[in-house]
Amino acid sequence: MQNFTPVSALLGGALIGISTLILFWFIGRIAGISSMMSGLLTASGKNRQWRLAFLSGLLIGAAIWQWLYPESISLRHDYPLSLILCGGFLVGFGTRLGSGCTSGHGICGMALLSRRSIFATLTFMSSGLLTVYLIRHAF
Amino acid sequence: MNILILALLSGLVFGLGLSLSQMVNPDKVLGFLDISGNWDPSLALVMAGALTIAMPGFHWIRRQPKPLLDNEFHLTPKNQLDKPLLFGAALFGTGWGMTGYCPGPAFANLALGNQEALYMVISIYAGFSAAGFFSRKN
Repeated sequence: MQNFTPVSALLGGALIGISTLILFWFIGRIAGISSMMSGLLTASGKNRQWRLAFLSGLLIGAAIWQWLYPESISLRHDYPLSLILCGGFLVGFGTRLGSGCTSGHGICGMALLSRRSIFATLTFMSSGLLTVYLIRHAF
Repeated sequence: MNILILALLSGLVFGLGLSLSQMVNPDKVLGFLDISGNWDPSLALVMAGALTIAMPGFHWIRRQPKPLLDNEFHLTPKNQLDKPLLFGAALFGTGWGMTGYCPGPAFANLALGNQEALYMVISIYAGFSAAGFFSRKN
């Protein structure tokens, strides 16, 4: 467990929690990023604008951090592109079919004690663990 | 206009949180999912930190008559567990384990000039489109 970073994980998580509260308290929306991303294509008018504003803020937040602490971010190279393309497709297909991802189900839905979100989170955690086990240890 | 500024601010704080917790790094996420390897429990603490804030916060906000800048809370009325939910979540987890990216970190990585994340986001959108087509057929 030499890569374990408990303090930054807890504090970063707290920021994510604060972010979801800002969105819900002020505009009554769930911070579900898969829904926001797909909504850029399917929603229109005001329903599209707030999603675009949030996603722009997400990019700005990540960019500010990289600007402040450039040494903290190292980009991955040489990861198999086939895994990215197939995995990305499954992430898109699965989050649409399952109505959410780590943010919408895993954080907001769990915080609301939604039964659907709790089961969705248990399911994607399990299949994620199984997939990494198969890729890294079974073949 | 205020709604858009608050949505932007919320996204900005989210991006800072993903960066501070290193969840923008897919290898960090895979280190969490690799439970039988050199396990890194950090992601569990990210969720714990988020839920410690969000759970009491959502509980309190839901008791308010309406959001500060809108007329209603936008929540799904769905409560039933069904096949699309569980099948979709299983597929999402598989793709997450193959890549180390869920949608938020994949999108945030676009700001870091990460070419891999660009392919990831394009593939996610291909998956969205296929799911839209699939659900229209059924």
